[in-house]
Amino acid sequence: MTGATVAAAAPVDDDAVLVARHVSKSYGGVQALRDVSFTARRGKVNVLVGENGAGKSTLMKILSGSEQPTSGELLLDGRPVVLSDPRTAMELGIGIIHQELSLFPNLSVAENMFAGRELRKGRRFVDFATQRRRTREVLTRLGQDVDPGTPVGNLPIGQQQLVEIGRVLMEDVRILIMDEPTSALSNHEVDVLFGVMEDLRRQDVTVIYISHKLDEFRRIGDRVTVFRDGRLVAEADMTDTDTGWIVRQMVGRDPSSLYQRQATTPGDVLLEVTGLTCPGPARPLLDGVDLTVSAGEVVGIYGLMGAGRTELMECLMGTRVASAGEVRIRGELETRATVQRRLGAGLALVPEDRQRDGLVQTMSVKENITLATLSSLVRGLFLRPAPERATATGKVADLSIKVPSIGASVTALSGGNQQKVVLARAMLTEPVVLLLDEPTRGVDVGAKSQIAGIMADLAAQGYGVLFSSSELAEVMAMANRVIVLAKGRITAEYSAEEVTEEKLVTASASDRVLEDLA
Amino acid sequence: MSVTDVSTTAPAPSGPQRADPAGGRSEWSAARIALLLLRGRTLIVLVLLVVVFGLLSGDYLTHSNLILMTKHVSINAILAIGVTFVIVTGGIDLSVGSIAGLASMIVGGLIFNGLGWFGGGRIYFSTVVVVLIGIAVGALVGAVNGLIITRFRVAPFIATLGMLYVARGFAQLRSNGGTYPDLSGSSARGNTGFDVLGVKSWLGIPVAVWIMVVVAVIAVVVTTRTPFGRRVFAVGGNERAALLSGIRTNRVKVAVYVISGALAGLAGLMLTSELGAAYPDTATTYELNAIAAAVLGGTALAGGRGTIVGTLLGAFVIGFLSDGLVLIGVSTFWQSVVKGAVIIFAVITEQAQERLQARLAGRTA
Repeated sequence: MTGATVAAAAPVDDDAVLVARHVSKSYGGVQALRDVSFTARRGKVNVLVGENGAGKSTLMKILSGSEQPTSGELLLDGRPVVLSDPRTAMELGIGIIHQELSLFPNLSVAENMFAGRELRKGRRFVDFATQRRRTREVLTRLGQDVDPGTPVGNLPIGQQQLVEIGRVLMEDVRILIMDEPTSALSNHEVDVLFGVMEDLRRQDVTVIYISHKLDEFRRIGDRVTVFRDGRLVAEADMTDTDTGWIVRQMVGRDPSSLYQRQATTPGDVLLEVTGLTCPGPARPLLDGVDLTVSAGEVVGIYGLMGAGRTELMECLMGTRVASAGEVRIRGELETRATVQRRLGAGLALVPEDRQRDGLVQTMSVKENITLATLSSLVRGLFLRPAPERATATGKVADLSIKVPSIGASVTALSGGNQQKVVLARAMLTEPVVLLLDEPTRGVDVGAKSQIAGIMADLAAQGYGVLFSSSELAEVMAMANRVIVLAKGRITAEYSAEEVTEEKLVTASASDRVLEDLA
Repeated sequence: MSVTDVSTTAPAPSGPQRADPAGGRSEWSAARIALLLLRGRTLIVLVLLVVVFGLLSGDYLTHSNLILMTKHVSINAILAIGVTFVIVTGGIDLSVGSIAGLASMIVGGLIFNGLGWFGGGRIYFSTVVVVLIGIAVGALVGAVNGLIITRFRVAPFIATLGMLYVARGFAQLRSNGGTYPDLSGSSARGNTGFDVLGVKSWLGIPVAVWIMVVVAVIAVVVTTRTPFGRRVFAVGGNERAALLSGIRTNRVKVAVYVISGALAGLAGLMLTSELGAAYPDTATTYELNAIAAAVLGGTALAGGRGTIVGTLLGAFVIGFLSDGLVLIGVSTFWQSVVKGAVIIFAVITEQAQERLQARLAGRTA
C-alpha cells in the first residue's frame, strides 16, 4: 500500500504523454474539478475511479476537447495545447468513447463508422465498398461477425458499444479515452475488448479508462487514479494497491457523519416480492428477484448502472410489466400491476429522474404536491382551495422545502427542494412502503442528509422504506439492510452491521459468479 | 454531482450578467412590466382592434354590430374551447370541423326525413332529442379519436387528420352529397323550433351567444376547480409524472377528445340552425380557426399551459378582426394574410413570455 496521496503537481517525466496541470472546472456555482494535476502515461492503461460526481467524466471531457477548463493547462508530449473542440483533439490523436452511445440507430454499421468522414469516390460520391471492407476488418479485430450493412439499431446494446469502439479504432489514435465502456457488455465482449486493449498497449497507445468495476479494471489497468469530490485524491501503480485501498480512497470521509440511521427491530412484513422477473432484449432486466421490506425498516438496494434498480422499482409500481413473480403488500397478493392499484395498496414511488418522471414542470409547487391526492380534497365535484393550500403548506413546512411561495412554479426550486416536492406528493398518498429510486441523485449535500433523515423518520413511524442507490457511502449509511443487485439478480444481502464496502463492490460486480451459477 | 441551488446562487448561467445592483433592479421591474404586457397581450390586441376599427368605421362600435360580431364569434369560440382541452393535454384535434359537418347532416336528416323504420314507417324525434343526438354523435366521434390515440398509439395529429376525412366522408354519404334544405320541421311531427339555436334571441342577445357564455363558464369551472381539470393540465405538463401520481392518463385523454367532439357537434348544430339548412360541407376548415383561437389565447401546443378565458379572447380577436376588415372593405385575400400574420405573431410573443417568465422565476426564488 504505497499509494502516495498526491497534492503537488505530478512530475513531468518521459512517460507523460498527456498531462493536465492544475486544472479546475466550474459550472455556474458548482465546482466540478478542483486543481487537478493528472498524468496519463505512455503505452499504459491509466484507470480513473471515483463515485458519481467525483469529477472523472468532467476531466475526460476536458482531455477530449468537449469542455474547456476554467483554469489550468494541458500538455501533450510536454508542450502546452489548447483542445478547443473534439475535432482538434481527434486531429492530435486523442479519441474518446463515451458512456452514452452516440450512434445513429437508423444508419448501417459501416455508415456509422464513417459518419462525418465518409470515404469518397471521385469528389461527390461515397465509396460504400471500401467503407464496408474496412468496417469488416475492424469488426473482425473486435471479434464480431456482423454484416456492415446491418442498421445499428438492430444490434444488441453490447455490439452497439463495440461499434462505437470500432469507430475510434479506425482513427489513428495515440490516446484513447474510454468512459465506462463495459457497462453494457457481456463478459465475453469484455474479454474481447480487453484483448484489443492489450493490442493497443503493445502498439504504444495510451488508454485512459474510467470504470466502476473493480474486478475488471484490476485485470487490465497499469495505473490507478482516484477522484473524490472534484479532487484527485490518490494515484498508484495497480500492483501496489488492493481493493480495500481503492474503496477507502473513493469513499474517503466517514459517511455516518452525513446520514442518520436508526437501529430498529423490524415489525410485520409489509412488502414481499418473490420471483419477480422482467424480460429484456438480451438478458432479463430482472431475474427471479426475492425481497421483503418490514415495518420500521430502511432497505437499500445497491447496484451498478444497468443492474436493474430502476426496473425493479418500475415493476413494483406497475409502470413496467413483469413476466413472472408475485408481489404481496401487507400479505395481500397484488395481481393487477397498474399504478392505481399499487398506489391504492400502499406503494408510492419517488422516481430516479425527477425531471422526466416526477415533476409537472408547468405546475406550481402546490399543484405538484397535491397531484396524487386530489380526490381527498374534493367536495361534490369541486376542489376545495383552502384545504388544498393547507395540505401543501403543511408538507412544505414538514419537509422544510424552501419555496418563494406555494404558488411558485416548481421549476424555480433547486434540485434538492424539487426532490422534496416529489417526496411530499408520495408521502401524502400515505404509503405503506415508500419506494425511492436514487433519492439523492443531483441534490446537494445538505438536502441529501435531510432526505436521509426523512427516510429514517418514516421508518421509525412504522413505514417500510425501500431505496436504491449507486453510491456506496450512502447506501451503507442509510440502510438497515442492503440488498445487492447485479445484472437483474440479487447477489448478496447484508445487515447494516455486517456490510462493508468491499463486500458490496464484490457482490455488485460478481458477473462471473453469476455466469458460473447459470 | 449536485445541481445548482437557485435559491443561493447568482443569476442562472443563461441569463445576462448584471453589472450594478441598481441597474439590475430597474431592469428587473422593466422585465416584470414587459411580462405583464405579454400576459395580457390578447386582451390588449382586442382592445386595440376595437379602437382602431371604431375610428376607421362609424358602424363598427354600434350596438347591433357588436352583437352581430359576438354571434359570429360564438361558434368558433365553442369549437376553440373544446380544442383547448385537447391541446392542453399535448394533443391536437383537426377533426372538429368535420365533426360539426357530420352532426349537421345527421340532425338535418333527422328533422327533414326522420328515421326510416321497419315497414317503411318514419319516426320523427322532438327537436330537443335531435339536438342531443347531434351532440352525442360528436362525442362518439371524439371517443373514437381518443381510443385510436390511446389504444393504438397513433399520433393525435395523424389520428384526427384521418378523422377529418372520415367524418367529412360520412357527412357526404348521409345525403349522397345533397342538402337538407328546410329544417323548420312541422308541429304535427313535434320537431319545430330548431331555429332557436342559431337565429332566435333572448333578452335581446342571440341564443348562440348565451350558449357560448354557458359553455365558457362551465369550461372555466372544470379547468380551474375540478380534479379532472387539474389532471388535464398534469397530463399535458408531464404525462409520465401524471401516470406515477395515479392519474389514468389514457382516460383523461379520451375524455378531452369526447369534450372536443361534443362541443364540435354543438357548434355544428348552431351553424346549421343559423343557415336554416344542412350542407355536407358545413364548417369545412373551421378546425383551423379554432386552433388559431386557442393558440392566440396562449394555449401552448406542447401541452400543460392554457386558459379558457385566453381562448375566448383569441376567438374574439379572430372574429372582430375578420368582421372589421370586411366592414372597412379589405379584400378577403388580405384578410387571410392578416389573420395568418396575427397567429404567427401570437406564437412569437408566447415564446418571449415563456423566456421572460423563466428568467424572473429564477430570480425571485
